[in-house]
Amino acid sequence: MEVQQVLDSLNQRFEGNVGNIEESYGMTTIQVRKSSILEVVQYLRDELSFTLLTDICGMHFPDNDEEMRFAVVYHIHNLFENIRIRLRVFLPEENPEVDSMTPVFASANWQERETYDFFGIRFTNHPNLVRILNMDEMEVFPLRKEFPLEDAGRTDKDDRFFGRTIHNE
Amino acid sequence: MSTNGSSITLEAPPQGIEGQGFFLTTLDQVVGMARKNSLWPLPFATSCCGIEFMATMAANYDLSQFGSERMSFSPRQADMLMVMGTISKKMGPVLRQVYTQMAEPKWVISVGACACSGGIFDTYSVLQGIDKIIPVDVYVPGCPPRPEQILEGIDKLRDLVQNESIRRRNSPEYKDLLGSYGIDVK
Repeated sequence: MEVQQVLDSLNQRFEGNVGNIEESYGMTTIQVRKSSILEVVQYLRDELSFTLLTDICGMHFPDNDEEMRFAVVYHIHNLFENIRIRLRVFLPEENPEVDSMTPVFASANWQERETYDFFGIRFTNHPNLVRILNMDEMEVFPLRKEFPLEDAGRTDKDDRFFGRTIHNE
Repeated sequence: MSTNGSSITLEAPPQGIEGQGFFLTTLDQVVGMARKNSLWPLPFATSCCGIEFMATMAANYDLSQFGSERMSFSPRQADMLMVMGTISKKMGPVLRQVYTQMAEPKWVISVGACACSGGIFDTYSVLQGIDKIIPVDVYVPGCPPRPEQILEGIDKLRDLVQNESIRRRNSPEYKDLLGSYGIDVK
């Protein structure tokens, strides 16, 4: 089986809900509509033997159209044919919410919690969507571009020595 | 430190009046001397500075020559909390709990750039110095510091320990200091 066969199969089965196929860093990327991501992954797992969900992560594009400010990326691997595919779902800034992948892959549980932790992307039907890495008291989603990387409580750091835009001397 | 086995030096006696069969001095000085020579460390090692500390403990640098032979992995029986490594904000409450569990008198050494100021980790997830949550007696700079530097830090602390009042915890300054961290002194 080649990547092209996978793409053809997806295109046939989910006409109009998958598209924008591109290749970057040696891996094929397909954009999937938010409403059908769960079915697409289930189809890949059951029909095309993509049995390993390698990774779920978030992305933030503050300069995109409002409907495409956030993205969730799924890396999925067919161990039998050694084919990897990257699926990308764009979400609106207003309500970044997408179906949880936990019914299909139990391993999505913590990965989705991490994505929620850092980007504030919510996963519908997730069994326990709380922060996983950052402390519970944190009030921001730190990997969103609007939040500064530096700790607000820093008192003795000189920006010049940290490769930052200089705000203090 | 001497490699010559014949030149073992003893701790100098405190100032006092000496006569036949008796020695008169103040309790402060005797207790100070005893404490100074039996500081039990509680290593709180989270990263690379902890490795330097292991070298400090081992035969070449031999921390035990200063009476710190016994690592105390229970805060209840430790005198000297040694924080070595990056303390993330999530680790902060744990460190604070360990500190509050230690019995008085207690001292804190902050080893390495990360424990002192957050070090290279200029980021939202890392505590920018442990003195944001607990008081620190001695700061050892370095990234990581060499064992000699850690030994010097311990030496500085030993001076502090010897010269402090034996009931430091009753002094208003000490209560104010811990109060500013939100810790009650019993």
